[in-house]
Amino acid sequence: MTVPARNLALFAVVFGLILATGVFQSWNVALAILNMGLISAIMALGVNMQWGYAGLFNIGVMGFVALGGLAAVLVGMPPVAEAWAAGGLRVLLALVLGALTILGAILAWARLPRGRGRALAVLAILVAGFFVYRWVFDPAVAAIEKVNPAGTGYLGGLGLPVLVAWPVGGLLAAGAAWLIGKTALGLRSDYLAIATLGIAEIVIAVLKNEDWLARGVKNVIGLPRPVPYEIDLQNDPGFVARIEGWGYDPVTASSIVVKLAYAGLFLVVLLALIWLAEKALNSPWGRMMRAIRDNEVAAEAMGKDVTARHLQIFVLGSAVCGLAGAMMTTLDGQLTPGTYQPLRFTFLVWVMVIVGGSGNNFGAVLGGFLIWFLWVQVEPLGRWLMDVITLGLPDGSGLKAHLLESAAHMRLLTMGLILVLVLRFSPRGLIPER
Amino acid sequence: MDLLNALVAFLNFVVVPGVAYGSQLALGALGVTLIYGILRFSNFAHGDTMAFGTMITILVTWWLQARGVHLGPLPTALLALPAGILLTILLLVITDKTVYRYYRHHKAVPVTFMIASMGVMFMTNGIVRFVIGPNDQRFVDGERFIIRARDFKEMTGLREGLAFKTSQGITIVTAVIVVAALFWFLGRTRTGKSMRAYSDNEDLALLSGINPERVVAITWIIVAALATVAGVLYGLDKSFKPFTYFQLLLPIFASAIVGGLGSPIGAIVGGFVIAFSEVTVTYAWKKVLTYLAPEGWEPAGLVQLLSTDYKFAVSFVILVIVLLFRPTGIFAGKTG
Repeated sequence: MTVPARNLALFAVVFGLILATGVFQSWNVALAILNMGLISAIMALGVNMQWGYAGLFNIGVMGFVALGGLAAVLVGMPPVAEAWAAGGLRVLLALVLGALTILGAILAWARLPRGRGRALAVLAILVAGFFVYRWVFDPAVAAIEKVNPAGTGYLGGLGLPVLVAWPVGGLLAAGAAWLIGKTALGLRSDYLAIATLGIAEIVIAVLKNEDWLARGVKNVIGLPRPVPYEIDLQNDPGFVARIEGWGYDPVTASSIVVKLAYAGLFLVVLLALIWLAEKALNSPWGRMMRAIRDNEVAAEAMGKDVTARHLQIFVLGSAVCGLAGAMMTTLDGQLTPGTYQPLRFTFLVWVMVIVGGSGNNFGAVLGGFLIWFLWVQVEPLGRWLMDVITLGLPDGSGLKAHLLESAAHMRLLTMGLILVLVLRFSPRGLIPER
Repeated sequence: MDLLNALVAFLNFVVVPGVAYGSQLALGALGVTLIYGILRFSNFAHGDTMAFGTMITILVTWWLQARGVHLGPLPTALLALPAGILLTILLLVITDKTVYRYYRHHKAVPVTFMIASMGVMFMTNGIVRFVIGPNDQRFVDGERFIIRARDFKEMTGLREGLAFKTSQGITIVTAVIVVAALFWFLGRTRTGKSMRAYSDNEDLALLSGINPERVVAITWIIVAALATVAGVLYGLDKSFKPFTYFQLLLPIFASAIVGGLGSPIGAIVGGFVIAFSEVTVTYAWKKVLTYLAPEGWEPAGLVQLLSTDYKFAVSFVILVIVLLFRPTGIFAGKTG
């Protein structure tokens, strides 16, 4: 079997698994897996750019994904005029002041002569700036959050079509990545890892606590959709007549049609990204990236600016993760900061890339679909396994109840096992790098 | 009098919690830094190792409590601690034999170890959640105090009370004992010296006849003990929740890096730097300042620099500052 045929077979197996879900469970479940699989594949592509092309160890994927989700709110939701009147401009002013303070400190550090005077000046700028910032910021936030706290209590968004949020999510993530990359790249690889881990936690903390921005843990629900609503389809006589003509239930059909529409949108994005990523990987730029990854010293000796290239790919990969995050929030129709967990949004994406094959775009995409499928299906499988194991135990025994209840945690164990096994026995993944 | 009241409030809300938290972080960071020094990778499973050891200790504590066994004024968990340490040693030695040893023999690059440790992290996390569930667990035998706030007020006649929990006292005492024992071991015993030699220069150590497998095994054993002690102390002082332990990874790594990865003294200093920064930045200073400020100048707000939800941001900012100005940490750690 030649290599492409083998790859096609692997993809066929994964889609066969999803189809089997449709046949044996329900098409709604299968399409839900497909949609999140498409988004996971895009996240895996982003991580693969950083890790596979350039060997950068980013474990802050969750933060970039969440920033994309924030973009969906900031772009898609209608603005809250009353909140803007209450303190919108003042908050913006405070943010500008905060940024100017940091900029001023950096400039002072760069321009002033070395010595104790410089350190004191920088410290004075930071401390004074912080108090001015809080003095402007705090009343504005209080005013905004007082505006109908149960319904809004935040500034709202721009009220633009939610599709605009996808590239914006990428841009937000890219901006954050640039800031981190500027400080942590060029240092050792573990430092970048810890720095990204930290920034991800901070992004989530901001989303959870800054109610004026995106309602914090009160969640923003009812994001506008790029596709029709199920209820509108069910009320559309033309749609109902056609579906009934084919002999299906209009209620089920409407949700399937909506999911298919999402799948179509996501597929377009995924295919475009794969095309771009393949073009880039096989261009002189891609060869340079891999040369840097394989031997930084040699590449530097050849005149390549390693740190600048690393920054470039780090920003690009994070932008792709941000794009995926915006798409995911659009699919969910809500932003719920409480649900962002590093195991699910950072480390699971890593499992996808390693299992699929780091350095190979198709591998990352395959890993995205396969691991997401397993993540969803391991839970019922674990429950079934526990049912079998506990068959011999008497009903009402504490152990039986505990085992059945804990079956849900099987998926973490399974993912860890898969990662360790693949890394040990097939470290290049299912579709190895060419 | 106001000055004394301010001092007591400062001790009660900043110094005592800071010292206790700093000891817990220092013990955690010591484990991370030892693995980095000997095995040369950042172990992402460390937080979950702590959770595993604490879980075993909790289970044994519950069993002891059910049988009516207790240690008088001390928490029963101390009696259960050896069991927790033993099983954690078993877990770490098994993961080393099944996962890490292969990469060591193939001289894999550190990042491969890191990814492998991600897999171990997932599995340990899964086991912990499977056995004890994802929820909060408490295993103290009721709140106990060395000094109660009210007794302190009556004793001194001050308006501010100073509370000192038994768990905080035990944390500090245990941390001192463990750290002293560790430094004695590393500095005075033959095995400890061979570990330091291995950490400084692997090839030279091998040439002088040091058995690497033995050094690695002893490292894992020490790390298991450190992680379990750190986890149990944190759990006694606050509470046990698997996800919180996973999140401890960030301040622990920040402590180890700030101090200088691979440097045991650095890990301890780093732990206290991170803990005190977190506590001082997230503490509402209103009370202390009200005592200190002249009549009529009392602060109106809480004077809290950052809400407690941003405590991760504090460790992160300190980490970034140290990385920018002194990339090898306060006590120049390993650079390779």
